[in-house]
Amino acid sequence: MATRAEHFDRRPRPSNPIDQIGRTVVYEGELMRHRAYTRFLHWSYGIFFFLALLSGFGIYLPWIFAWFTPLFGGGAMTRLLHPWFGLGFVFFFGLQVLNWTSLMNWKPSDSKWMGRIRDYVTHRETMESEDVGFFNAGQKLMFWEIVIGSAVYLITGVIMWFPATFGRALVSISYVLHDISALIMLAGIFVHIYLSTFGEPGTIQAMTRGTVSEAWAWTHHPGWYRQLTGRDPYQSVEDARERLQEEPPQTDPTKAL
Amino acid sequence: MSDRKVLQIQQISGHPGPIPGLGTQREPVVCKLIDTTTCIGCKACEVACVEWNDMPFQETTFDNTYQTMPDTTWNFWNLIKFNEHETEDGAVQWLMRKHQCMHCADPGCLRACPADGAIVQYTNGIVDFQQQYCIGCQFCVSGCPFNVPKFNNSTKKVYKCTLCSDRVGQGLEPACIKACPTGCLHFGTKEDMKALAETRVQQLQEHSGFKDAGVYDPETIGGTSVIYVLHDAKNPEMYGGLPAKPRIPPSFTVWKDIFKPLGLFASMMGLVGVVLHYVTQGPRRVQPQPPVKYEEGGIESKKGE
Repeated sequence: MATRAEHFDRRPRPSNPIDQIGRTVVYEGELMRHRAYTRFLHWSYGIFFFLALLSGFGIYLPWIFAWFTPLFGGGAMTRLLHPWFGLGFVFFFGLQVLNWTSLMNWKPSDSKWMGRIRDYVTHRETMESEDVGFFNAGQKLMFWEIVIGSAVYLITGVIMWFPATFGRALVSISYVLHDISALIMLAGIFVHIYLSTFGEPGTIQAMTRGTVSEAWAWTHHPGWYRQLTGRDPYQSVEDARERLQEEPPQTDPTKAL
Repeated sequence: MSDRKVLQIQQISGHPGPIPGLGTQREPVVCKLIDTTTCIGCKACEVACVEWNDMPFQETTFDNTYQTMPDTTWNFWNLIKFNEHETEDGAVQWLMRKHQCMHCADPGCLRACPADGAIVQYTNGIVDFQQQYCIGCQFCVSGCPFNVPKFNNSTKKVYKCTLCSDRVGQGLEPACIKACPTGCLHFGTKEDMKALAETRVQQLQEHSGFKDAGVYDPETIGGTSVIYVLHDAKNPEMYGGLPAKPRIPPSFTVWKDIFKPLGLFASMMGLVGVVLHYVTQGPRRVQPQPPVKYEEGGIESKKGE
């Protein structure tokens, strides 16, 4: 499971480098968040998403046709490749759905989180509420949006791929739905990338090395932190604050912890 | 006349910005008039089309009618549709209609096409496919109200009647016109053909007893450069599915011209939103944050002091 509690890497380091494939090295002060399989899926469908997005963009708007289609070998080649990029995205994302469905169940606490989203966005609330587990409501919303979006993508995409089979009316409806789905996902991906890089420092590591710092865990996913370590996240913040006051950090505290 | 003079481009599919050379010359709109009342179904036009455009013949199936093929194909652009229509009083009308591209003034194929330059409309009204720019998406197939463009699965390109733009560009009439033995097909300027059609309609109404005879030149797509004289203009569907009110799907006009750029703008607001968030709110750092000095209440409290 993606949530498997692995506080520290206590296993002996494998001597054969091949044996290290699929393993995640967890250093002291870190928590295992995403195993190698999850990260592999994420990068796979991430790449296919952008290939599909950019190749689709050329076909989407006349005034970027001349910029985007040469990236894929001209208009006809773009048209040929685009559906396959889409299938690649749907395939890998489908595996991630199987991997993540149990973590993405909507809970009453998520509705509560959505009610306070304004406070989180404006940093009036500096820590998430304690009942935020492995994923918060925003992440769940993003996930289900992409699940529905890729279902729309797939169905309308197949209709547009074989227009002779499905007929004129269906194609002209699919064309609009396919675009709307793409636009919503495009806006979502800006937010997603922002939050995983500049917006919430220390997050990108979850998708590169698979681990996050303990401080990151108690800040953004206190419920998950408690479940994993058995410690009270708020007490951990206070402990860390005391440690900070004893010896003020020279560098960015997000990296020191 | 050279091609350059007659085949002046009026519209280009998927083309941003102004059309090169638009409006530098004014040429009459050409038109093909098909008088269904004098067609004898000889198929000379079908053969002439295949011959002139040098297209390979393909096998057909015999279905106990005179129908050459069930429908037009990528290499068969001109088809006579043989329709046996039973009138209200039980008599049988044998309605023959030449089916090909209608060369609409507002072409649905051109509207739908995303490929720059794959479909052009000349100022003389001819809508022409430029297969070298075609990307094979078949949006034009969905955009056409007459079901005309046909896809070739091996070349991944779409083909249709060109109104013999190569012949017209040299001052010749289209091949089908040249071949017609009964004078059912006429070719000239749109005004001349409309006048001729009206004369024939009047003749049909006054002397042949076809009270509903009329000209088919649908205004819903801005008129066409192929017009028909029909025995019954009120009921064009009986001529092998000629739509009474042909329409381009709104998704290829309303969505593409208005909501697509708006939608892209709206989704780009996501990018603007995150930049604004970073500038105004800053990143959401892990707790505990380093101890910082700040004034309670900020600007508001300063004003109060």
